[in-house]
Amino acid sequence: MRDAIKINNISKSFGSKTVLDDINLDVEEGEIFGLLGPSGAGKTTLIKILTGQLKGEHGTTAINGINSQQLKSTDYSSFGIMMDNFGVYERLSCFDNLKVFARIYRLDEEDIRAALSDVGLGSAGKTAAGNLSKGMKNRLRLARVFMINPSVLFLDEPTSGLDPATSEDIQQLILAEKKKGKTIFLTTHNMAEAEKLCDHVALLHKGKIVEYGSPQEVCRRYNHQKKLLIHLTDGTDKEIPTDTHSDETVYELMKNNLVETIHSSEPNLETVFLELTGEELAR
Amino acid sequence: MRNICAVFLKQINETFKNKTILIQFVLFPAFALIMENAIKLQDMPEHFFVKLFSVMFVGMAPLTCMSSILSEEKEKNTLRALLMSNVKPVQYLLGVGSYLWLMCMAGSVVFALCGQYRGKELVAFLLIMAAGILLSILVGAAIGVFSRNQMTATSITIPVMMVFSFLPMIATFNEKIVKFAKIIYSQQISMLINNINDVTIEMENVVILLANMLVAIVLFLLAFYRKGLE
Repeated sequence: MRDAIKINNISKSFGSKTVLDDINLDVEEGEIFGLLGPSGAGKTTLIKILTGQLKGEHGTTAINGINSQQLKSTDYSSFGIMMDNFGVYERLSCFDNLKVFARIYRLDEEDIRAALSDVGLGSAGKTAAGNLSKGMKNRLRLARVFMINPSVLFLDEPTSGLDPATSEDIQQLILAEKKKGKTIFLTTHNMAEAEKLCDHVALLHKGKIVEYGSPQEVCRRYNHQKKLLIHLTDGTDKEIPTDTHSDETVYELMKNNLVETIHSSEPNLETVFLELTGEELAR
Repeated sequence: MRNICAVFLKQINETFKNKTILIQFVLFPAFALIMENAIKLQDMPEHFFVKLFSVMFVGMAPLTCMSSILSEEKEKNTLRALLMSNVKPVQYLLGVGSYLWLMCMAGSVVFALCGQYRGKELVAFLLIMAAGILLSILVGAAIGVFSRNQMTATSITIPVMMVFSFLPMIATFNEKIVKFAKIIYSQQISMLINNINDVTIEMENVVILLANMLVAIVLFLLAFYRKGLE
């Protein structure tokens, strides 16, 4: 697989504050990559540098082999950007909102209807965007990005501030785009979402990448306890170390039909992040 | 051209849903239509209200609409979404500018009908209005580009708009004001429209209009290179 996104030695400061410090990352074609970190960690800044909205002080970034600082306006049709602060035309209907962009990308009305239907706004085509809830506006922003069928998607906090049910719907939409072979660069401070969606994650803290890998790899690296937690049918819990004898113990318990559930002691991404940074994640 | 059309059609689509913009297009032509027909005083100059309100229209509508549309798009980050979608800043400005110019020219046609201008008078009136509207759009664009949000844009637009739209009106009642008011384009537009029956464009008119145009372009470029469309 070739790299769809390459980030080499990117640094960026605002005044005396270093937001990004020598960032190096590669994102393979067709994967969902999650850039994780608390609010203000520099995630949006990195997306802005990647998409040519900002200039890094050092280093280079490239999308599909094209240097981000040399992007032409026509290159923007090969990738879709959904920033969490991108607005919608509140006075226009959902359909008319998409029509503005459909005209730019030479798409027809059928593409607009399909995009609205894909994000679950099929019946809200005539509703003014200003009357939509935050979750529905996010769906409309996603429809705008999905409609142009780009090969690379940049999604900045796509589920930020949404209720769990709407977040779940949007996560399913993102997974559906991945199945179509799209490369997705996602930023989030929701670690559970990253575990669920991402093939690889990078944890950003104080401008530096402090951990990188698949969510499972990252969690395994921080499995200091190396224990199995077994919930027994009598309601008690049993912790056993994952050494050479653990399989015999588990086998015995299972043979006697005493096991209700078995859990590994691997931490989740949130625990790893807290261990690495000592910071509470902004919610 | 496609991108300019997309922006232009978006504006057309928004016209009837954006009351603050719509009222700018309708207000002065409607005033002229009503007052021209309702008020007839002895010794009142011919088509007094058409001439008065058309100059106020030139100084107010294109300027406030341009700065309002631009600053709103900047504040709500819809402009960024457009610029990240293949639309160049110049295409966006041409799309909005051409929309405003055409809408204001439609208003000018209403003034022309009210004033019962025909033939040479009609052509001269529309050309004078076209030049004034273009200048006001440029000034409005400079304010819109310079302003970070609608609040800032409004606070700059109102005094500027008052100078360009009210000064010619005040000048009609006070000869002394004409002396310094004539350096602004709207006063020149006012002078030309007030002599529409026998319009002769003199070098002074052309020089002042061109100088105003130059200043507006320089202000716009300064704002654009300093702030961009971000």
